[in-house]
Amino acid sequence: MHGVRRMKAHLSRRYLFSASHRLHSETMSEEENQATYGKCNNPYGHGHNYVVEVTVSGPVDENTGMVCNLTDLDGFIEREVLSRFDHENLNTLQEFAQEVPTTENLCIQIYEIVHRGFRKAHLERVRLEETMMNSFEYAGGEASH
Amino acid sequence: MVYLTRKAEFSASHYYHNPDFSPEENHRVFGKCNNPNGHGHNYTLEVTVKGEVDPRSGFVVDLKQLKEVMHREVLDAMDHRFLNKEVPEFLNRIPTTENIAIAVWQRLVTKLERAQLHRVRVYETPDLFVDFYGEA
Ligand SMILES: [Zn+2]
Repeated sequence: MHGVRRMKAHLSRRYLFSASHRLHSETMSEEENQATYGKCNNPYGHGHNYVVEVTVSGPVDENTGMVCNLTDLDGFIEREVLSRFDHENLNTLQEFAQEVPTTENLCIQIYEIVHRGFRKAHLERVRLEETMMNSFEYAGGEASH
Repeated sequence: MVYLTRKAEFSASHYYHNPDFSPEENHRVFGKCNNPNGHGHNYTLEVTVKGEVDPRSGFVVDLKQLKEVMHREVLDAMDHRFLNKEVPEFLNRIPTTENIAIAVWQRLVTKLERAQLHRVRVYETPDLFVDFYGEA
C-alpha cells in the first residue's frame, strides 16, 4: 500500500460474561465480614453480568489497517478469559483460592492474564463493569501514558 | 485544562481488501469484511478537545464552531457514503476503524480555532472502538 506513516492507535473491545461470587474474607470475623461486605456476604452468593473492556495499542499496520486482528484478540479473550470465568462461581476457582473475588481483584486477574499471554499488541488497560453503576479499571502496576 | 467531548453519528459502508495480498490472503486476514460489495455500520464519533476556559465566554471552545467543523469536514464527506470509493483517504488505504479515526483526526486538527484536539474516538459498534491521540 502507499506510504502512510505508522501511527499508534488504541483499540477497545467489550465482552460480556456472567458469574457468581460471595465476598467473604477468612481473615475477618463474622461480624466484620457482615459489616464490610453487607448483602454481598450472603453465603449462597449472587451473580452479575460483567462487561470487560480490553484496550490494546500499537502502530496501525500499513498492510491491514489494524492495530491487531480482531480474530486474534477475540480468540484469546474467549479462550483465556471468558471460558475461564463465564458461568462460574468465582469463589470455587483456583484464581480466588487466596483472595476475595471482588471486582477489583477480578479486574487485576484479567489484566494479568492478558498482559502475560497476549502478544499481538500492547495491553493498555482492562475496565470491568460489574453493573451499569460500578466499573473498575486497571492499567498495571506502574503508571502508563 | 478542561476537556469537552462532542458526539456525532454517521452511517457508511466499507470493505477490507489489500490489492497486494492474494485472494486467499485477503480472505484469511479480513474474513467476512472482504466482501467487495461492502457492508455497513452506524458509526459513533466522539471528538474531544481541550483548552483553558475563556474568562469572558466561559467556554473551552465555541461548540457551534466545533459542530460546524465536524459536519463540514467529516459528516458531509462520510455519512451515507461507500468509504472505499467515495472518500479520498480510502482510495488506497483500508477503511478500518483505526484508519477512520486517523482520517477524522487529520481532517479536524488544522481546522479547530481555539481549542486543541485531544482525542478522536470512533465506535464501529457499541462493542468496538478506536482512540487516536495524534501522531506521537
Ligand atoms: Zn465493517
